[in-house]
Amino acid sequence: MAKSWEEINARIASGEAVVVTAEEFAEIAKADGVTAAARKVDVVTTGTFGPMCSSGVFLNFGHSDPPIKMGTITLNDVPASGGLAAVDTYLGVTEPSLTKGIEYGGAHVIEDLLAGKAVRLKATGPGTDCYPRTEIDTWVTLEELNQAYFFNPRNAYQNYAVAVNSSDRTVFTYLGPLLPRLGNATFCSAGALSPLLNDPTYRTIGVGTRCFVAGAPGYVAWEGTQHNPNQTRDDHGVPVAPAGTIAVIADLKAASPEFFSAATFTGYGVSSFVGIGVPIPVLDEEIAETLALTDADIQATIIDYGVATRSRPSFGRVTYAQLRSGEITIEGRKVPTGPISSLPKARRIAQVLKEWVGERRWTLAPPLQPLPQPGSQAFKPLEIRNEEAV
Amino acid sequence: MARRRLDLTFPPRQATKAIAYHLVKDYDLVPNFLRAQIQPGQQGRMLVEVSGKKESIDAAIAFLGEEGITVAEAASDLDLDEGRCVVCGLCTAVCKPGALTLATGDYALVFDKDKCVYCEACVVACPRRAVTLTF
Repeated sequence: MAKSWEEINARIASGEAVVVTAEEFAEIAKADGVTAAARKVDVVTTGTFGPMCSSGVFLNFGHSDPPIKMGTITLNDVPASGGLAAVDTYLGVTEPSLTKGIEYGGAHVIEDLLAGKAVRLKATGPGTDCYPRTEIDTWVTLEELNQAYFFNPRNAYQNYAVAVNSSDRTVFTYLGPLLPRLGNATFCSAGALSPLLNDPTYRTIGVGTRCFVAGAPGYVAWEGTQHNPNQTRDDHGVPVAPAGTIAVIADLKAASPEFFSAATFTGYGVSSFVGIGVPIPVLDEEIAETLALTDADIQATIIDYGVATRSRPSFGRVTYAQLRSGEITIEGRKVPTGPISSLPKARRIAQVLKEWVGERRWTLAPPLQPLPQPGSQAFKPLEIRNEEAV
Repeated sequence: MARRRLDLTFPPRQATKAIAYHLVKDYDLVPNFLRAQIQPGQQGRMLVEVSGKKESIDAAIAFLGEEGITVAEAASDLDLDEGRCVVCGLCTAVCKPGALTLATGDYALVFDKDKCVYCEACVVACPRRAVTLTF
């Protein structure tokens, strides 16, 4: 049994396509078997809503009179990049405010823009013959910007670490406060609903894939930064630790505050929850096998964040079902668990995407270019060295 | 055995009184102090859970009143802004008494006030700054 992209698209276009979420697909496969589920269902939708630090927006402000070549730029006191053309900028979500620190950052500016609030733009420039103005202080809204679009260099991590802390003091991390002496464990994945865990070897998700980005229709633009297809994989071919990533692009003006939320991690910094969802065509039984996996089948690796080195020690693996139960066992000790990625939001994203494909008749397309496949590229560290050692 | 959570407000002149001694010795109560702000010469506040006989608790409350201490039932001091909360669940990972949990099935955030010891771990952990504690 195999279905082509064209056959699936024809069914979407005629309104006959059977579209279900990854959780629903697993239930169908459990009841009727994977073969029957693969025959019955055309598209499976996924979703995730976790903190994704490598996110941000490109903005174009338009030109003032007289015009300015913006060099230093702040939005509500949060610095944005001045290293582009005169009135273009990139605002990263993790940038902290000059006045409020990590309690307000790039992510909060984006949240305010999405909420329709006016944001204070201040910039200085060198003053040139073509851009004589040297200072500007004004207010902008999302509606008035010429362009405003997300370009998130790394979203939707394919699996992530389970964080614990063996040290004697609380450590404050991007995975939340980790209590001393294995006092808790936090984890950050939508598990069986997560986009890249449902397509573990990137057969259908690649450059050009249509996806849901913060409530807006968007695209996979490239492999994400730190994309590591060579991570250890289980018998299903599913990575057991952080592996693939995607870079995504989408119109900020079409996004929704429901699916983008600024975050502050105490003692760490600013980040943003970004909603990502990808529809996956049920091309054959092979992909149906991984689409049918549940949280009980998917594992993550427990990492000790109490050790502040690049390679942190591991305490073995657990399944997402164990993590979701609220308690795991590490070296005979019961350790309470808590998520950072919102499952209710991930479910909502998968449902919204179901409507987009089923009712709005969002047809799918094979990748214009595949993401780097397992075995194709190494994930390199940064060595500290002097010029002579290069 | 009864158990009640009391919010005590001390006038400045009374703020150093050893009420724990009286609650234990005179009324045979087991006090569990959850939060306290006591500064000599200033108004003080204490959140205490007392366990004991119902009539002993009533008598102790009357005693505290006579001492000039204002006694109120502990109100919901933990405020969760549902408009800000994204139900990530991180607060449940730091809540040692298990007052904040995620429901099985829909993973909705559940707050059990009786288990809360007002330690503020959730306030610090919440990436949305959706939890506040008034006392």
